[in-house]
Amino acid sequence: MTAKRRGAQLGMLAFAVLIVMGAYASVGLGINGKVPSGMLGYGLGLGGLMLAAYLVLAKWAPWADPLLLPLVTLVNGIGLVMIYRIELAGQAGASATNQLMWTALGVVMFSATLIVLKDHRALQRLTYTAGFVGVVLMAIPALLPGSLSEVQGAKIWIRIGGFSIQPGEFAKLALVVFFAGYLVAKRDVLALAGRRLLFIDLPRARDLGPVLITWGFAIATLVLEKDLGTSLLLFGAFIAMLYIATQRTSWVLIGILLFVGGAFLAGQVFSHVEARFNVWLHAEDPALYDAGGGSYQLMQGMFAMGSGGILGTGLGQGYPKLIPLSFSDFIFSATGEELGLTGLMAILMIYALIVQRGLRTSLAARDPFTKLLAGGLSFILAWQVFIIVGGVTRLIPLTGLVTPFMSAGGSALLANWMLIALLVRMSDAARRPPPQAIQDEGMTQVMQR
Amino acid sequence: MNSPLKRVSVACLLMFGLLMANVTYIGTVKADGLRTDSRNVRGFYARYAVDRGWITADNGKTTLAKTVDSGDKTFRFEREYPLGKPFTHVVGWFAPESASGIEAAMNRYLDGSHPELVVRRAIDMVSGKPAKGASVDLTLNSKAQEIAYKDLAGTGKRGAVVALEPKTGKVLAMVSVPSYDPNPLAKANKDTVNKAYNKLNKDDNKPLLNRAIDLTFAPGSTFKTVTSAAYLSDDTSRDENTQVDAPDSLPLPGTSISLPNYHGESCGGRATLVEALTISCNTPFAKMGMELGYDKLKEQAEKFGVGQPLEIPLNVAASNIGADEGKAALAKTAIGQQSNQMTPLQMAMVAAGIANQGTVMKPYLVNKIMGPDGAEIDGTDPEELDEAVTPEVAGELTKMMIGVIENGTGGAAKLPGITVAGKTGTAETLPGKPSHAWFISFAPVEDPKVAVAVFVESGSAGNDATGGAVAAPIAHDVMQAVLGR
Repeated sequence: MTAKRRGAQLGMLAFAVLIVMGAYASVGLGINGKVPSGMLGYGLGLGGLMLAAYLVLAKWAPWADPLLLPLVTLVNGIGLVMIYRIELAGQAGASATNQLMWTALGVVMFSATLIVLKDHRALQRLTYTAGFVGVVLMAIPALLPGSLSEVQGAKIWIRIGGFSIQPGEFAKLALVVFFAGYLVAKRDVLALAGRRLLFIDLPRARDLGPVLITWGFAIATLVLEKDLGTSLLLFGAFIAMLYIATQRTSWVLIGILLFVGGAFLAGQVFSHVEARFNVWLHAEDPALYDAGGGSYQLMQGMFAMGSGGILGTGLGQGYPKLIPLSFSDFIFSATGEELGLTGLMAILMIYALIVQRGLRTSLAARDPFTKLLAGGLSFILAWQVFIIVGGVTRLIPLTGLVTPFMSAGGSALLANWMLIALLVRMSDAARRPPPQAIQDEGMTQVMQR
Repeated sequence: MNSPLKRVSVACLLMFGLLMANVTYIGTVKADGLRTDSRNVRGFYARYAVDRGWITADNGKTTLAKTVDSGDKTFRFEREYPLGKPFTHVVGWFAPESASGIEAAMNRYLDGSHPELVVRRAIDMVSGKPAKGASVDLTLNSKAQEIAYKDLAGTGKRGAVVALEPKTGKVLAMVSVPSYDPNPLAKANKDTVNKAYNKLNKDDNKPLLNRAIDLTFAPGSTFKTVTSAAYLSDDTSRDENTQVDAPDSLPLPGTSISLPNYHGESCGGRATLVEALTISCNTPFAKMGMELGYDKLKEQAEKFGVGQPLEIPLNVAASNIGADEGKAALAKTAIGQQSNQMTPLQMAMVAAGIANQGTVMKPYLVNKIMGPDGAEIDGTDPEELDEAVTPEVAGELTKMMIGVIENGTGGAAKLPGITVAGKTGTAETLPGKPSHAWFISFAPVEDPKVAVAVFVESGSAGNDATGGAVAAPIAHDVMQAVLGR
């Protein structure tokens, strides 16, 4: 019998807010030797925001997983503190006020999603609408002129006036919904075995269609938007969901082969893909370090993490300004300098816990659509963390992606809070006890004999 | 669908495991390499984030190096050297990428990273205060140091002065000329510092070298004190009045040449040791050297500290009397020529050893170390290096050296009302080049408070008296400054 554990959830939420406030105070002490003057307002603001989120959750999804909201609050809060800290260091572009505003909007989106979407299975009916929306969102930056869509080489923005959104982040959600709906409908066909090669059952050739289309879409993203990160993110999520739906390892192998092959071909044609690989392999090479578009940024991130060592310099005591874009793509490295290996392990642990709670929801879910959607959303979160954190730590080639909930950026925050809202909604459904059979009458009859 | 979901779950766990392993690898194995990478400017910044301890002299009363809080965020603590040039070679400088002198040798105390300061540092770290280093008080007597520099620089020659306290080994003065202002090298700007450094490095006069301890020079006649020490120690029946042969010229065995006294002066055929040293005859000491043999001379020199690399805590070049090259060479070695090469500090140790009844004390520059809170955390205890000669021999040598001051070549070092003992020296260098002028002395004889060695590179024109004319007056002023007269 599942308990609601609401008291525990509120306690953990308060604890998360408390940690973030401690970190905020620590930044002030580290830089100016005193607690920041806005401490109380900031604390009340974040606390109030999270309390509101909690109340919405308690009313509209009372059976939801009690861990998700506190975990997300903690990682979002640490990101906020880091951006505040980087803004104080004077790096252009870092704005804690903006990030706090986007966090507030993110919580509004979270609440709105929970209130409006009483039953997530309604999304299954919107499968093809979601697919259409996802493709359109992805396509807009590619079709817009560069002046409205391109920032630092990646053509992934819609910029109107002083306002910019990254439609890919929302497309991510729409496409996972589409994949889930589509695969539930087609999984029986896609699971049919074709020829057997070595130990693996290959699918039938005629079923390759959807995979090839998605693949073409991913490669188009790579080529037209110069965005290896999103391309890898979406294709990986599709393959993982295909595997969950069909249980066929062959799909995974086909997917990997297709993507690696496609990326290799693209690398032959487009220099930036090959450059990424070179930077990854030879980052410490002085020639690459000094070259424009070389390994300077990556190495600055590595220097930051190395200098942080095991315990870090302490908040406010490092030099995040040395890393270009330390508030967005490289926020993980900047955090590593000040919180050290210890802090990074804690952050990775928080992400891992969020993902595992999501996957647990998927396992506990009763219908295939919920299983696929929860599994897909959890995987895409893990996959995104893996791609960006792996990239900045030189585990894999660096591809620009947002570090979920930490990097500065409104679109990503809104989209990821919606992602969490969906997981919360589904966990509520999965954990809600089934209606009790009424047995009292029978008992009464026995007594009456 | 649960079984593939479980596998995806494991895959996610594996991804996080890989990330964690990689982050751990960076934070531990790779950390040191990344931290010290020359392209990582944090090491450069970190040098200015520490409230570095001060360097003082005269028991903390005189400030030689201080730290100033500039208020700048990146380069907060700047280093200044208020007294500048006279102290440069001892105090050193703290540059963006390097350091020298005491700044380098005592760095772990000054920047607070020494294990003895680790608790204090941990408290600072937790409380978010900038790390504060310990202060280092030097044994220098700032008055003696300043006058030594002023006098030596006034000669217009290169050279060095070292003054020691004979009973303890405290370095009271250590000057090298030419010197330079250390302040431009302490600026928090790699480019300007490198420019300033390269200019000094290219200077033909090599101002960056500390001539008192980095280089060795032929000691000339000042070495006759060592030869005399060996000769007196060799046979206890000898004393300062023992008669020795003092021919006008000494044929060198195995060669066709003879060793003259300078300017072909006569020492009268026979002379007492006192007389021979007073007018600095060459032939008697050359003959003594040949009689003693290489091993005994070398052994005596070693007892005065020759051949030992010292850390005071600055590194001192090892002096040496040269290899055994036969009798003729030994005759020249005994009068401080040939391959005989001494640091000025070494010759000061010879004077100090004789002054301290034959016992040579280990020279040292650090008087005490004070923690950031002002409490003394460490001090140097005087340490015996060796007993060079017996107190009796030391007394005999002292009488000989008094003769040099009273009646001989070292008259310029006389102090009113105080008995001074000393020895001049003029060392031939390359043919046609001016000789080095030397002077060693100590005072007062009854209760020695200071022993001095003055070295003036290429300071004289071949007359031994100029050791007395150029170097002795400097020793006079330094002794006077130490004795407070």
